[in-house]
Amino acid sequence: MGKTLAEKILSLKSGCDARAGDIVIAQVDLAFAQDTTGPLTVRQFQAGNFERLANPQKTVLFFDHAAPSPNRELANDHRFMRQFARETGCLISDVGGGVCHQLVAESLAKPGDVIVGADSHTVTAGALGAFATGMGSSDVAIVFALGKTWFRVPDSIKISVSGELRRGVMAKDLVLQLIGAIGADGATYKALEFGGEGLRNLKISDRLTVANMAVEAGAKVGLFPADRVTRGYLNHQKRGEDYQPLAADNDAGYESQININLNALEPTVAKPHQVDNTAPARELKGTKIDQVFIGTCTNGRLEDIATAAEILKGKKRHPRTRFIVAPASPQVLLDAISAGYIQILVEAGAAIMPPGCAACLGLHQGVLASGEACLSTANRNFKGRMGSPEAFIYLGSPATAAATVITGEITDPREVM
Amino acid sequence: MLKGRAFKFGDSISTDHIIPGRYAYLRSNLPELAKHVMEDADPDFAAKVNKGDFIVGGSNFGLGSSREHAPLVIKMAGVSAILAKSVARIFFRNAINLGLPVLICDTDGIADGDELEVDLAKGTVYDKTKGEKLTFSRLPKVMLDILAKGGLVPYIQKYGDFKL
Repeated sequence: MGKTLAEKILSLKSGCDARAGDIVIAQVDLAFAQDTTGPLTVRQFQAGNFERLANPQKTVLFFDHAAPSPNRELANDHRFMRQFARETGCLISDVGGGVCHQLVAESLAKPGDVIVGADSHTVTAGALGAFATGMGSSDVAIVFALGKTWFRVPDSIKISVSGELRRGVMAKDLVLQLIGAIGADGATYKALEFGGEGLRNLKISDRLTVANMAVEAGAKVGLFPADRVTRGYLNHQKRGEDYQPLAADNDAGYESQININLNALEPTVAKPHQVDNTAPARELKGTKIDQVFIGTCTNGRLEDIATAAEILKGKKRHPRTRFIVAPASPQVLLDAISAGYIQILVEAGAAIMPPGCAACLGLHQGVLASGEACLSTANRNFKGRMGSPEAFIYLGSPATAAATVITGEITDPREVM
Repeated sequence: MLKGRAFKFGDSISTDHIIPGRYAYLRSNLPELAKHVMEDADPDFAAKVNKGDFIVGGSNFGLGSSREHAPLVIKMAGVSAILAKSVARIFFRNAINLGLPVLICDTDGIADGDELEVDLAKGTVYDKTKGEKLTFSRLPKVMLDILAKGGLVPYIQKYGDFKL
């Protein structure tokens, strides 16, 4: 029998004939941590008395979750991480450098790589055909030291995509509807592998959004093949040499298959307090929103900001609704300035944050008060995530977010486009 | 043999229930961080739990963030094992990597406050309060070995590499 994408990559990196269910030791091409998992990663590395990194040039510490530092404690954590980088020679991306997963996509991930990060949304790089998965600090500390880790080769669920997204519908709606259908544990320990003729209509920015949220269905990875779309993106990033075609075999063994017709999707929102608690945006009309947040590793890319700017051009935010935008990287910010999108958003009433995670996880730049409701383009709406455990987080696409800015209540973007 | 009282929680207890992201500023001050263990699921948990007690969840326990501080604060609270119907994969690895046993079994029959006895070697849970015995799934060998060494860092210190 042929191999899935997960089996192919893990075979290559382990030197074994890796099949679903096997446990293998695989070489790791890139390992990283960020500023809320990094300090413990460093401490575990030090607890192991390891003297040096296996691959300093493939080891990165990112400052994005609480950067610039909002308080003394996190400033001390940042200092501790910078000192480790100086001592070991690992790479760092410091304050203003952007969200780790966006930078991995723009500059580091290649098709066929194995990537391990101390952040659950490491799965984002699956959009480029990398076997990329999140782990905790101990696991990543050991990868820092040894350059390898163990994996159980996952069973794979094939997601076959056809058609194309209609106006006002985005990749976020695709992945929210998928998670709503299979549940927050619908793919636990498994790979979600995307295929089908509709993939040619999903840009890398779309694929990054979808792969990013694979973990919200419990998946170990969300994998896309490396195809012409991937090659075009890597060329655009001046990394054409990093491209290699990668596809699952036609006779690969999948545990199950789910078919998705992009034409049939509509704007979708995840309601508090679980990502699989989804509903069509139109059914939530009348839900008042205190804060809209556009950004994060899920939806902080140029295409997301462009969509918001298109909807908000010449419009103003509703007086009741605060509006926060955080571009995911300096490249996104600069491109959005050049294209005039930032001007449109500021004129509409947006507060622009530096490239980073911003309000996503309740540490700074948009913490919610008790009783408040936020419409966020992020990936998680767990109770307490953005501040008060008595706040309410709704997740939607940048189009739904922009429409909601205008009306001050959850709005299907097709109503204002 | 592990003995203690069950603290029963429902399905989908996330890492934000266990230790919310808003306390990230305490992650290098573990004694302070640990005071907030399970706060958004049960604000009184830290005051009530005793050494040896068990956390008993439903399905998809520990979903969400990769923060290893989630199993770490549970371990610091003295919890001797987590029992659940299913566990999110990053949390699962993180708990084992810290030497905290995670047992997959049908927890529906266990009630809050039940007295439990867990035999890790035999793979059994005895609910003394109910008089019922459960069995839990065996872990892969690599995870059993990591658990036996008290966690991943001591395991690698002992062997220098992964042993399959």
